[in-house]
Amino acid sequence: MKILVCISNVPDTTTKITFTDNNTQFNAAGVQFILNPYDEIALARAIELTEGGKGTVSLIHIGELSTEPTIRKALAIGADDAVRVNAQPKDAWFVANQIAAYAKDKSFDLILTGRESIDYNGSQVTAMIGELLDIPSVSIIKKLDVDGSNATLEREIEGGKEILSVPTPLVASCAEGVAEPKIPNMRGIMSARTKPLQVIEPTAVDALTVVKNYETPAPRGAVKMLQDTDAEKLVELLHSEARVI
Amino acid sequence: MSVLVYVENADGQFKKSTFEVVSYAAALAKTLNTSLAAISIGNVADVALSELGKYGATKILNVTSDKLKTFVNQAYASVIAEAAAKESADIVVLSNSFSGKGLAPRIAVKLQAGLISGAVALPEVSDGKFIVKRTAFSGKAFAFTEITSAKKVIALNPNSYKVEETGATAAVENFESSVKDSDFKSVIKEIVRATDKISLPDAELVVSAGRGLKGPENWKMIEDLADALGAATACSKPVSDAGWRPHEEHVGQTGIAISPNLYIAVGISGAIQHLAGVSSSKTIVVINKDPEAPFFKVADYGIVGDAFDIVPKLTEAVKAYKAQG
Ligand SMILES: Cc1cc2nc3c(=O)[nH]c(=O)nc-3n(C[C@H](O)[C@H](O)[C@H](O)COP(=O)(O)OP(=O)(O)OC[C@H]3O[C@@H](n4cnc5c(N)ncnc54)[C@H](O)[C@@H]3O)c2cc1C
Ligand SMILES: Nc1ncnc2c1ncn2[C@@H]1O[C@H](COP(=O)(O)O)[C@@H](O)[C@H]1O
Repeated sequence: MKILVCISNVPDTTTKITFTDNNTQFNAAGVQFILNPYDEIALARAIELTEGGKGTVSLIHIGELSTEPTIRKALAIGADDAVRVNAQPKDAWFVANQIAAYAKDKSFDLILTGRESIDYNGSQVTAMIGELLDIPSVSIIKKLDVDGSNATLEREIEGGKEILSVPTPLVASCAEGVAEPKIPNMRGIMSARTKPLQVIEPTAVDALTVVKNYETPAPRGAVKMLQDTDAEKLVELLHSEARVI
Repeated sequence: MSVLVYVENADGQFKKSTFEVVSYAAALAKTLNTSLAAISIGNVADVALSELGKYGATKILNVTSDKLKTFVNQAYASVIAEAAAKESADIVVLSNSFSGKGLAPRIAVKLQAGLISGAVALPEVSDGKFIVKRTAFSGKAFAFTEITSAKKVIALNPNSYKVEETGATAAVENFESSVKDSDFKSVIKEIVRATDKISLPDAELVVSAGRGLKGPENWKMIEDLADALGAATACSKPVSDAGWRPHEEHVGQTGIAISPNLYIAVGISGAIQHLAGVSSSKTIVVINKDPEAPFFKVADYGIVGDAFDIVPKLTEAVKAYKAQG
């Protein structure tokens, strides 16, 4: 089984988000970038599915040279090889086209992504890849098993779940529950240095969206503190002041 | 040029998020001085369909073919793109629900359209520019994003646009689509829905609890409060990791993001990753025994004290309030 895992490079979850140039640029100064947490889940499941010589796990990442530590980390966790498309990821359309162009003639059985990249939270790339390659896509899965050329997946829906049976090749985006993220061990870290990391140039695609500027949420008013005997008063405030009940 | 809105149903019923997208699409069509059509796929009764007129849809394309009774994103995307072509729609609006997330990108590729997901407001349209406000950085910011392509797809976040009754009735017409067989490779084996529970992403009121509750056996009081309010229940990540609560209740950066009208956080410290999923709630109530808990900094109302003492009292107070009518 050949699996391609798509990885993105995102600000660490504890980052305080700020902007520069009149709120038009994300301020990356001092920000630590990490492997997108959901992509770690996808990678962990890919490794489990191919363990014991049952297949290979390749990585693809669209990003500039500065993102290579993130790719090395994913190799240290256990992927076999990686390709970096040397470009700034402009939007999901641009990224999905790069991945589809690369994967088109490589006959991957599975293409796995995270449920969303935690910077722009688009949940877009996955289903776009599916459409570009004309293969099934399943977004936001909680479980994935593969038996020969058929996969069984569990997908989250409002207030429940849906169980699907889908033939490979397919693309799916992984959420919590699919696998536990793996921590690289010493041997993994050593071998990651010599695993193949190919760099390719992007195919020409125009972005269809562009961020003009950012805004941070308006700060809340001061918190109104109540006594632990004020249950009735809280209910009254929620009704007459906040108007939510 | 026109606007097309996809009206998602669950088991033949429309949810609030559907009325939200219709209201949003109607307001957008009005700004652009154009018409709005809706497309429904599946088994929805005619009365429910024509009721969408209230929210501003004048025409509804109804697809009822047996093959399309259950959601298959590949096939549904084809049908919606076909309807967009028929209606000469340049803009397609849908809900950024779980199904919407699987569907919108496929429609966007078919139409070669720029896609905004997580939209929270109507587009600003001026000087030939089309800019949509959407959430970014897990609720820590908003990004005003321009769509530069002629065709556009917008996936609206649930609970971020008010339902508006502006219209009258809608005309329902049958729509026959010509979906190809290869769009049906995915087969749904089973749908499991906890019918007695309010689904978290749609919920207007949410009661959530964290590790401060000590163990799963103490969740009865959280459920009692939620029942009294008619609220959904949620939890912090360590709680679902420990198996005290199901994973689908976990909110935050790695769980789901919600923006209910009311979020009551009980025994949750307010870590940045937790706040990422709940900070856009309209009103936040925090109950925590530690006056220094970071959650109080982003709360509207706070009570310092023991949850085991306060929550039952609050439940009683809610019941008393409801009893008055
Ligand atoms: C990559 C990453 C992603 C993460 N994603 C998420 C996420 O999506 N969602 C999430 O929630 N967390 C997430 N976390 C974890 C997060 O950092 C916190 O550890 C977590 O939110 C803490 O959960 P908690 O508030 O329930 O527990 P704690 O931090 O242990 O807080 C318990 C609180 O209960 C209070 N308390 C104790 N007893 C009582 C009582 N009797 N009455 C009232 N109050 C009481 C305490 O004062 C304390 O404030 C993530 C972490 C990482 C590293
Ligand atoms: N620059 C990128 N390179 C490779 N894969 C990416 C990139 N950006 C996003 N992805 C993949 O697409 C998933 C969904 O991203 P998004 O649509 O941006 O929310 C991520 O979890 C990744 O698996």
